[in-house]
Amino acid sequence: MIAECLYIEEDTVLKITKEEVEHVAHLARLNLREDEKEKFTSQLNDILLYMEILNKVDTTGVEPMTHAITLHNAFREDVTKESIGRDLALGNAPDEMGDCFRVPKIIE
Amino acid sequence: MEYEPVIGLEVHAQLLTKTKIFCGCSTQFGAAPNSHTCPICIGMPGILPVLNKKVVDYTIKMALATHCNINRENTWARKNYFYPDLPKGYQITQFAEPIAEHGYVDVEMNGGKKRIGITRIHMEEDAGKSIHDEHQPASYVDLNRAGVPLIEIVSEPDIRSAEEGVGYLRRLHEILVYLGICDGNMEEGSFRCDANISLRPKGEEKFGIRAELKNMNSFRHVQRALEYEIKRQQYILESGGEVIQETRLWDDSQGVTHPMRGKEEAHDYRYFPDPDLVSIVVSDEWIEEIKKTIPELPLEKRERFVNTYDIPPYDAVVLTTSRELADFYEETVKNCRKPKIASNWVMGDVLGHLKEDKKDIEGSPVSAVSLAKMINLIEDGTISGKIAKEVFEEMWKTGKEPKKIVEERGLIQITDTGSLENAIDNVLKTNPAQVEEYKQGKEKLFGFFVGQVMKITRGKANPKLVNELLKKKLSAS
Repeated sequence: MIAECLYIEEDTVLKITKEEVEHVAHLARLNLREDEKEKFTSQLNDILLYMEILNKVDTTGVEPMTHAITLHNAFREDVTKESIGRDLALGNAPDEMGDCFRVPKIIE
Repeated sequence: MEYEPVIGLEVHAQLLTKTKIFCGCSTQFGAAPNSHTCPICIGMPGILPVLNKKVVDYTIKMALATHCNINRENTWARKNYFYPDLPKGYQITQFAEPIAEHGYVDVEMNGGKKRIGITRIHMEEDAGKSIHDEHQPASYVDLNRAGVPLIEIVSEPDIRSAEEGVGYLRRLHEILVYLGICDGNMEEGSFRCDANISLRPKGEEKFGIRAELKNMNSFRHVQRALEYEIKRQQYILESGGEVIQETRLWDDSQGVTHPMRGKEEAHDYRYFPDPDLVSIVVSDEWIEEIKKTIPELPLEKRERFVNTYDIPPYDAVVLTTSRELADFYEETVKNCRKPKIASNWVMGDVLGHLKEDKKDIEGSPVSAVSLAKMINLIEDGTISGKIAKEVFEEMWKTGKEPKKIVEERGLIQITDTGSLENAIDNVLKTNPAQVEEYKQGKEKLFGFFVGQVMKITRGKANPKLVNELLKKKLSAS
């Protein structure tokens, strides 16, 4: 059923352009090859088309939700826990200096 | 053409919780770099943040103190961007549904009051700190600050001058400190401010193109930066140019703003609801509970001081700079019932000594009750105002009770007419030349005689009585 719908609408609507994919890839700092850009544009287009189908569901009177669970107010008390310490914190750092992470210069 | 500045301010205030917003790491300032970190605040894969309830308590407190509406259900969002001090690649913040909106504060301006709207208050996590190396192409990142709780307070574009901007900031600052939810230390960055500023022809409704100002680390910086920016934009507009929408950094040593270089790409944060954090539902009971913890705020306190103690507004401003100082003053008044005299002593001698010793009022060696006792000694004529200064010095140094000092050092005021007359006779006898001059009309010598009497009584003579007796003697002899 889903596949059928997708097939029907696939060549009628273009939900995302290659330029938009390039923009999003840049924001996520992803370097995509030309063929990947084509491939992802098409795949993302399919996903967005599927969303289109979901959008057809009548949601009148249904509150929008951001989670699959209805739980709210999950808190912890303001009580200090021991930190892991400098050595563990810097354990995965590609580069370090003194007690700090060393990174390429941020500001001119 | 006359231009009108339109200014909106964004304030970030660090909350005084013991632990970070989503993990149990300490928020203490000044620890060795990266020692207050854990997998949650350094963004390891698979971590789950859990919200510190105190952060919500404190934010509700500020929201109520600034007359905001509390959104009964509010949610968390991710703000996505890359920066070395942001380990997860996103900041957890509130976006579409902040905890509070539509508030205001009243700012005292030249005798009047100006109401400045608050658009929203939301909670978020702070980023880490980067230190830049001047000699090498490197920066160093300390993540102790990453995850420290912040509230962001966004004002409406209601501010029309640098003075109003600083007035508004001072008001927010004093409320936060009074509420005990932020230490307000601008140098350490616990209270930070950015400004949006544009100019428009007076009478025009539409806003002009704005610049965003950053890097202002004190009230004085904010004042100077806004003043400079108003002039800069006015110059551009008057010479027919256009203001560029950009972020500018205040350079205090040069007294100018510079455009921030690099990172000028249009912001595209792709906010979306954070799947790791559930929504916050605020009940009536919760709000009522927080309401009970809100003390009298400084503006209200100042008005009450002026009305009930009948002291000048200036005194009220000085005496309410902190809750503790205001309490000290009220305790003093309660025990001596002389509001203006108490105000003079607190503002003068107490604050002066505190400043000298670099202490807060909590560290004052003289208690409010002792100060009141000393004022009572002046009022009932036991000591003169001049001797009181000496007594106060001693109280400050030793913490002794004023009465004890007066007794030990024999400082009780001489109000006995007989002994004062003796002293005066003595003075007149030893200074016959001056007496002669006085009689020939050099009346300002009167002060000299008073001084001499004070000298031989070591300041203990009752000045009023000395004046009286001296006048009598000089006219009689």
